[in-house]
Amino acid sequence: MAEFEPKVVAFCCHYCAYSAADLAGSLRLEYPANVRIVKLMCTGRVDASHLLKAFEAGADAVLVAGCEEGDCHFREGNIKAKRRVGYARKLLREAGLEGERLEMFNLGASDAHKFAAAVNEMTERARKLGPNPLRISREHRAKSIEQRAKRTRAPGTRAPEKPNERS
Amino acid sequence: MIVAERKPFTEIKEMLSGYRKILILGCGTCVSVCMAGGEKEVEILASQIRMAFEKENREIEIKEATIQRQCDREFIETIRKMAGEYEAVLSLACGAGVQFVAELLAPLLILPGLNTRFIGVAEAEGVWSERCRACGDCVLSETAGICPVTICAKSLLNGPCGGTRDGKCEVDKDKDCAWTLIYRRLQEGGKLEKMRKIHPPKKHGVRIYPQRQVNEEFKKEVKSEK
Amino acid sequence: MSKKTFQEALSSGKFVVTTEVGPPKGTNIERLLSAIDLLKDRVDGINVTDNQSSVMRVSSLAICHLVQEKGGEAILQQTCRDRNRMALESELLGANVLGIHNLLCLTGDHLSAGDHQDAQPVFDLDSVQLIQIAKMMEAGKDSAGNELKGAVKFCVGATVNPGANPLEPQLLKFEKKIAAGAQFFQTQAVYDVEGFARFMKQVEGFKVPILAGVIPLKSPGMAKYMNENVAGVSVPDRLIEEMTKAENKEAKGIEIAARLIKDLKGVCPGVHIMAIGWEEKVPEILSQAGIG
Ligand code: SF4
Ligand code: SF4
Repeated sequence: MAEFEPKVVAFCCHYCAYSAADLAGSLRLEYPANVRIVKLMCTGRVDASHLLKAFEAGADAVLVAGCEEGDCHFREGNIKAKRRVGYARKLLREAGLEGERLEMFNLGASDAHKFAAAVNEMTERARKLGPNPLRISREHRAKSIEQRAKRTRAPGTRAPEKPNERS
Repeated sequence: MIVAERKPFTEIKEMLSGYRKILILGCGTCVSVCMAGGEKEVEILASQIRMAFEKENREIEIKEATIQRQCDREFIETIRKMAGEYEAVLSLACGAGVQFVAELLAPLLILPGLNTRFIGVAEAEGVWSERCRACGDCVLSETAGICPVTICAKSLLNGPCGGTRDGKCEVDKDKDCAWTLIYRRLQEGGKLEKMRKIHPPKKHGVRIYPQRQVNEEFKKEVKSEK
Repeated sequence: MSKKTFQEALSSGKFVVTTEVGPPKGTNIERLLSAIDLLKDRVDGINVTDNQSSVMRVSSLAICHLVQEKGGEAILQQTCRDRNRMALESELLGANVLGIHNLLCLTGDHLSAGDHQDAQPVFDLDSVQLIQIAKMMEAGKDSAGNELKGAVKFCVGATVNPGANPLEPQLLKFEKKIAAGAQFFQTQAVYDVEGFARFMKQVEGFKVPILAGVIPLKSPGMAKYMNENVAGVSVPDRLIEEMTKAENKEAKGIEIAARLIKDLKGVCPGVHIMAIGWEEKVPEILSQAGIG
């Protein structure tokens, strides 16, 4: 598999993980630039459907980062999140994606290094696993449509603006 | 409430083979509460199906919708037109809901996404347990509010079997013996004499399937707007 | 002895002995037949179990018939697990026309313990209701109230577990069984005669004969297994020790069983020996106990 730059989505809670991410930025710590951060008041807001949708949208790895256990500002939002992450992993596997692409992390507001390490770890995992299989099949489909379009196009006509996937 | 669980994903996937445009229909009552077929579960299942199909390069268009109750005509009517645009409806209701949707939207094909399990209670967060087998001849007044038909593995009406051990059931060491529970509660309430009464065999004649109940005062002819 | 019916034996005032045989799983019945031959003249009744332990076997009724043919006195066991009331009633009629007039009504073990775990458990009736129905049929009516052309006649028995914990609900059910018409009881295995004597004291007021269950021990392991797994059975440590020390376990098992029977003679009007595979040793146990 060719080297690729994994897309990582990080669901971060406002109080700890997001502050840590912010700090990591100010400290100019090294972590992959293509992490997309989704800020939540608390990881307790994370639902399995959000996590699945991130993968549906093409994420190669997703992490949920909340406060340390016992330090949640909403008492046990992070504990609930951990269980939901476990549940979402099961759902992912059922759908044919690797559960390892999803992970929960706990860190404090000043744990900038820990945040960077978490993002690095998920990027590494995605590299090992390869791109999100949905992306692969999407590209594959797009290519074959293009080829088919080329083959069937009469000389002088334009490629259809929107490939008709059903053809 | 009716407690159900989602069918295994592989079974659902199998059921959907051959369809390209489906409606996943949730039910907002019992199965929402037991987290098997409500709005959220519709969302999750739709997402899973889209991913699984896309990974295999199969196409599918999914519409997600949830109505308050699939066992009630008036709610089903609200989706009649919309449902007509789909090849099949994957219903996340209990078996009764699935059938009623199928009946009202016939000949549209309705597929069941859940396995319907029992009438029960939400014992704790994430835990449901069976409490009533709808026997049609309730004896709870005689048994301290504990149903021997459901809680006793043998549905015994006249006291414990010989297999009960230290208050646990013969069938499962971790399950309380219904009759020990009944005995204790009757005793605490000073009503132990209830255990002396011989209960006659159940009248199963009252349970010829399918059962029907009519309340004349409220009966009104219904017409569906086909 | 075999000329007397079981019911006559019960009311004769003598120490009553019953035993039981388990039908085989399959059609090879030679071993069973020879066991019946050995037992029929030594006991007052032979119980034939009904798919015991929820394992599918030859029907109790068929084997009861063979017992009778050989001149023995059969006691038909019927559980509520596999037949609804209609099937049970028809079985009772069948037993009577074959000359079988003794019946033991049981709830039956749950299917989850046996070899047909996916079958539908029936439990349309419970043991109390089955006793009641047998008595209704004696009065000439089936459970639905329809007239029978020819009533049945049964000596109806039931079981009681003196070691049950808690005991009181068990006793309440015992009373109901008597109210329903039970004429005799056979108990779960007894090893602690003193404890059993206390139980007998408690139920003194009921004038229904209770036959104490006796299961010969085959090994210390068997005793431990029963202590852990069989409801209401507790083999005292001293007996386990006796078994452990014994060189000849078989002889020891027979000796202990015989001793139990002797001790029980003063406590209850009879015993029910469940040999579980040791049927051919029952005559020896009885001889050592001074019976027959
Ligand atoms: S007796 Fe049990 S099964 Fe029958 S209606 Fe009452 S609760 Fe339900
Ligand atoms: S042990 Fe209790 S709950 Fe279990 S089957 Fe026997 S009577 Fe019923």
